[in-house]
Amino acid sequence: MSAVVENELNEHHHHGPAKGISRWLFTTNHKDIGSMYLWFSFTMFLVGGCMALTIRAELFQPGLQIINPEFFNQMTTMHGLIMVFGAVMPAFVGLANWLVPMMIGAPDMALPRMNNWSFWILPFAFTMLLSTLFMDGGGPNFGWTFYAPLSTTYAPPSVTFFIFGVHMMGISSIMGAINVIATILNMRAPGMNMMKMPLFVWTWLITAFLLIAVMPVLAGVVTMMLMDIHFGTSFFNAAGGGDPVLFQHVFWFFGHPEVYIMILPAFGVVSQIIPTFSRKKLFGYSSMVWATSSIALLSFTVWAHHMFTVGIPLFGELFFMYATMLIAVPTGVKVFNWVATMFRGSISFETPMLFSIAFVILFSIGGFSGLMLAIAPADFQYHDTYFVVAHFHYVLVPGAIFGIFAAVYYWLPKWCGRMYSETLGKAHFWLSFVGMNLAFFPMHFLGLAGMPRRIPDYALQFADFNMISSVGAFLFGATQLLFLYIVVSTIRSGAKASAAVWEGAEGLEWTIPSPAPYHTFTEPPVVK
Amino acid sequence: MLNRRELNKSKRTVIITLVVTVGMFGFGFALVPLYNVLCDIAGLNGKTGPKYVLQSGELEADLSRLVKVQFITSNNENMSWHFKPEVTQVEVHPGELMQVDFLVSNPTQQDMLAQAVPSLSPSEGADYFHKVECFCFTQQTLQAGEEARMPLRFVIDKDLPKHLTKLTLSYTLFDLTNSDISMASVPK
Repeated sequence: MSAVVENELNEHHHHGPAKGISRWLFTTNHKDIGSMYLWFSFTMFLVGGCMALTIRAELFQPGLQIINPEFFNQMTTMHGLIMVFGAVMPAFVGLANWLVPMMIGAPDMALPRMNNWSFWILPFAFTMLLSTLFMDGGGPNFGWTFYAPLSTTYAPPSVTFFIFGVHMMGISSIMGAINVIATILNMRAPGMNMMKMPLFVWTWLITAFLLIAVMPVLAGVVTMMLMDIHFGTSFFNAAGGGDPVLFQHVFWFFGHPEVYIMILPAFGVVSQIIPTFSRKKLFGYSSMVWATSSIALLSFTVWAHHMFTVGIPLFGELFFMYATMLIAVPTGVKVFNWVATMFRGSISFETPMLFSIAFVILFSIGGFSGLMLAIAPADFQYHDTYFVVAHFHYVLVPGAIFGIFAAVYYWLPKWCGRMYSETLGKAHFWLSFVGMNLAFFPMHFLGLAGMPRRIPDYALQFADFNMISSVGAFLFGATQLLFLYIVVSTIRSGAKASAAVWEGAEGLEWTIPSPAPYHTFTEPPVVK
Repeated sequence: MLNRRELNKSKRTVIITLVVTVGMFGFGFALVPLYNVLCDIAGLNGKTGPKYVLQSGELEADLSRLVKVQFITSNNENMSWHFKPEVTQVEVHPGELMQVDFLVSNPTQQDMLAQAVPSLSPSEGADYFHKVECFCFTQQTLQAGEEARMPLRFVIDKDLPKHLTKLTLSYTLFDLTNSDISMASVPK
């Protein structure tokens, strides 16, 4: 008997991670890669956050105090690019890596080597992107949407590095998406049919399809830019027969599905968390699946609502206005389902639940300001003002970012086997909640009063709200160092967590011990 | 870790998703001609056609109505040429051949290359405005200090919708001196 136990222990040891740096360089383990994705995205979150704070420091008062307008433009551009491609997207890929195999009862991702590769491209892509800040002429300064001709005719020479960087991160996320699709479609445990999959898995499957549909279009549009800049073509140059408005069409054909890529996995996360802490089953599981799918499909038909003011014909304005408003229907279904799940539940307010409830409320506010922007005649007033900035920060910060925070608190005990401090977690939540609302809510008023976005200086009447906004931004930014402390101290010295961790949690990931062993589900579980 | 069956299934998924990826990359480029075709069908952008070849018997003026044609010129930023039409407005019968010259001069100390890009408003009329000869079909070179007259000859189609009584043709002049735009893509 004891010989058997010893044998098992040895075997377990043999299959454990390699030692030292080579563990991380050559790993094909979905948990290692997931952790690397998450740490990478947190690093980028801090880098992009420092850029945001540079912007808010300059906008603390009217006038130019700290940085010059050229550098300000580089900061707004890089902040957007880093947060979208470096923080939010890799964080969700990291969550997918950790959770999708554990949730569907698979031993690993379907393509583990490609998984390693798709992660390790990222540090190189972002080193290159960040290095442009130190080049002659500075980094990208044309806004994260890089409209031509700002990004072609008038771009700094470093734009070529930017293009190459975008190509690399595009390849990375396409490979990540292919991996997720292959895993979900082929590696589910026996009995885990599609309509039994946890919603996080569903939303990620749909996100992955969005990724392989639109990341190649992004690659195409930057390739056209590259050709316009270096090879004498005229895709976006009117003098050569091209059209700058074409750029906006192609970009937003990618760009609008992209915003759903950044929110759908967060929908999945809160759909896991809210039932757990309401101690009820998720209300309307199948309607959630259909709502997510229809949001994804509709996202391909609304891109020109970003371009109401470029002079599209009346028919176009009407079509894109109504199509955009139509998206509010499936989104409303989801919000209704979350609320209905909580209704008459026996709710407890642990940190993941707090972030999830804030997600539902604040994301809805962002959704409503989106509806306001969707009204084509009104958009002429709001276009390119701080109202737009307020809108997309309300869907991205308490949407995508709070979703990621909620996920980390919820699954961290499973990942590292230790419990975070509930007091510190709640402090993190409340400081983030207050800081974030203080930073972004006044931006609605600034925008409605006519303050344009992407300016380093502003008229005096905007001074007070900008000051409040900057204070909130610094509060929110500093709070994230607390988050770092919480995560590190949990991993090092948190109290031991049980296998189930949460009393109401359901799903395969809670049936394995905490911390999750290096290899899980080498024998597929049976799903009833 | 994967058994053979799972491996084959994964292989199929990867091939299908890769095909989708490559297809969507191609679709991004297909959006370029698609955009032009859609603009053409919807009559957007006021793009007038390429050099028009007159059919015999087409030059019969429809004396029953007159159409006002106005000319606007503007320079793209940093373009230093003087560029204006000889007359800013003419009245023509549909089916009547008309010539208007545009005066252009290069006041700088260097030889320069330029390209004019036309646009017609209202764009509904773009399909009925035929340019028989236009300086916008080619790029223009002017030596330092040189002046030139550039001809535009056009016919308005007799099928021009009755409610269109005024057409405005605007030209924007682009400086191509230091640009490497290839001749192949000259706009019409």
